[in-house]
Amino acid sequence: MMHDRILIRYGELSLKGRNRHLFVDKLKESVKRAVKDFPNAKVEARRERMYVILNGENDREIIDRIKGIFGIQSLSPVITTSWDLEEMKKAALELVKSRYREGDTFKVSARRSDKGFPLKSNELNQTFGAHILKNVPGIKVDVSRPDITLQIEVRKNAVYLSCENIPGPGGLPPGSSGKAMLMLSGGIDSPVAGYLSMKRGLEIEAVHFFSPPFTSERAKDKVIQLCKKLANYSGGYFVLHIVPFTEIQTLIHKQIPEGYTMTTTRRMMLRITDRIREKFSGMAIVTGESIGQVASQTIESMYAINAVTSTPVLRPLVTMDKLEIIEIAKEIGTYEISNLPYEDCCTIFVPPKPKTKPKKEKVEYYESFIDFEPLIEKAVQETETLTIVPGQTQEEEEFEELF
Amino acid sequence: MIYFDNSATTKPYDEVLRSFLKVSSEYFGNPSSLHRIGGQAEKLLHQARKQIASLLNVKTNEIYFTSGGTESNNLAIKGAALKYKNRGNHIITTAVEHASVREAVNQLKEFGFRVTFIPVDKNGRASVKDVEEAITDETILVSMIHVNNEMGCIQPVEEVGRMLQRYPRILFHVDHVQGAGKVPLDLHRNNIHLCSLSGHKFHGLKGTGILYIKEGIQILPLFSGGEQERKFRSGTENVAGFVAMAKALRLTMEKRQQSLELMSRIKERLMEGLATIDGIVLHTPKTHSAPHIINFSVSGVKGETFVHALEERDIYISTTSACSSKKQEPSRTLLAMGVPKEIAANAVRISLSYENTIEEAEYFLKTVKETIKKLKKVVEKK
Repeated sequence: MMHDRILIRYGELSLKGRNRHLFVDKLKESVKRAVKDFPNAKVEARRERMYVILNGENDREIIDRIKGIFGIQSLSPVITTSWDLEEMKKAALELVKSRYREGDTFKVSARRSDKGFPLKSNELNQTFGAHILKNVPGIKVDVSRPDITLQIEVRKNAVYLSCENIPGPGGLPPGSSGKAMLMLSGGIDSPVAGYLSMKRGLEIEAVHFFSPPFTSERAKDKVIQLCKKLANYSGGYFVLHIVPFTEIQTLIHKQIPEGYTMTTTRRMMLRITDRIREKFSGMAIVTGESIGQVASQTIESMYAINAVTSTPVLRPLVTMDKLEIIEIAKEIGTYEISNLPYEDCCTIFVPPKPKTKPKKEKVEYYESFIDFEPLIEKAVQETETLTIVPGQTQEEEEFEELF
Repeated sequence: MIYFDNSATTKPYDEVLRSFLKVSSEYFGNPSSLHRIGGQAEKLLHQARKQIASLLNVKTNEIYFTSGGTESNNLAIKGAALKYKNRGNHIITTAVEHASVREAVNQLKEFGFRVTFIPVDKNGRASVKDVEEAITDETILVSMIHVNNEMGCIQPVEEVGRMLQRYPRILFHVDHVQGAGKVPLDLHRNNIHLCSLSGHKFHGLKGTGILYIKEGIQILPLFSGGEQERKFRSGTENVAGFVAMAKALRLTMEKRQQSLELMSRIKERLMEGLATIDGIVLHTPKTHSAPHIINFSVSGVKGETFVHALEERDIYISTTSACSSKKQEPSRTLLAMGVPKEIAANAVRISLSYENTIEEAEYFLKTVKETIKKLKKVVEKK
């Protein structure tokens, strides 16, 4: 392929004043991790731009890996040339020709960051516009809605040319805002909550409650698949804690009055998550709750459940409608996975009529007859911690030769 | 053996057969079963869908599996027409469609639909202008073949797709069965809502096909039952067949990268060689034609006779399309192009795959020359 590097433009972090290098460093780490399967690719971070130098690696595959990383405003596969006009023209023509289809229109959008370059932006636009018009038969100029935009960016010692501008997700680079634990059920909401909190630079680790045989391996697989999707946005890996929950869940079912089993279950989950957060030095808990969506998400329920911890519980979806959440889930590719119909920890043992307005005092009273502490401690001890990478599982590897 | 009948069907790749066998024996579960064995089958099915979607540059949820080209065409046309019949009752298609499109729209006439068949020029091409002029307030569907199976001519589907952007009420179906893996087609960019492909035309297995349905488009299912394929096509999925098809499509596209130029060279050599042989009339046009199909007539020799004569020399070609070659009718496509009936009756078709070589083309030309000479002698003696 003709492109020799990928140019990455920063989003909001370009506003970060003196802390900027910290953010750029975090972004560089993520980009580096995302391209580690491409041994020849090199990542170069500058103040205004970051570059992935391809050294022969496939541009499309690399773009696919990095285009979702937060902190990236947009990116472009580029051809690098010197300041030599002839060389620039040759590259420009090659780029436009590779995109051109009968009837397409184009414009040139030049940017001269280094004012030492002899042609001004306008002159660049004219020179290259004329060159394209002369050499691509049938092409027309349309400056308002072109099919092809040739971007020329003149920087010190080099010129970057591209016909593509791929939008990134914006936000802050992964890990630039500290760590939080995401309660990940496998439904539609929690992956979206995780995604949105990562957008603001939080490093997210997921906690999933697994209750075999009431929930199946397929439900666990589903969560792993979700983590793989999320790993694309966190820069190449995602930590998942799987908590064995059967014992606590059956005990709750046996001991707590039916209307309150759901409230207690959520309280136990939150207590365990908080314990895991402490163990792995997180500072907050993220959930996919949205006010009034289900019985456990009324404001009364949230109050009764939240009472078990003073750790900040972040709820990025709290005011969103289901449809808005679905929209994002589709966008980030988790919707299809979430929609797979397996029982998870939230759907089993749901009483026919859970209290929508549980009282904190009542639930505390019911729980006071049982000593949950050793069970919680045991669940935390036996929690399995996995690092999920976007690549393949062993089964998928076995499948690969079939395809 | 020289196999030049790849538009009838292709020989499955060995790797494809191995995948089919392995999935059939080791991952035989029903994807709808809840247990692990079902789960594996479901994963394989999903993976096949994902791979095909990525090869066709569309979304995973836009790929639906069917039993082949005929089913995909029927499902697309009848399914869309019946679903959207409250919008109108007029369908536009061309005079050079495959039987599964032609007969599907003919059958819809019995349900109150009107059909306009757009004529083609002497090169077998329909015009965008004619399609646009045929549009009425009642038009709900345009169905067009991409690469004609008999002639290899490429229809202006990209232009029609872009033109139809101005008519958001009209759905656009493309029969891409012959084009797949040979002539690329960008489905999203060309405003295509429905698109049919068939596995055995690109070295997959018979009984496997694809219908692309653009996200948001609904169709009426033709099969009622267990609501597989997101309700559009009930019936237990042919997981092994679809995995094999996904592999076949990948291999075909990879081969296209390496061998398209060679295929075009073989076609050019054949066209140019055939043109110099006395008594041969070439029907496939030089421009706007696919790299793998050549159609020609041998004057004074019935197509069928010629097919059998070459068969004696271990060369396999066909008369018209495989589906209608047993009916002994002259090709409708040729008649639509204005070729006289007696010449159309003598038509034969060569269709290539990426497996064919330039040596085969040379041997073929030599044999054709000899065969014509021999046949002419027999005819003249009479």
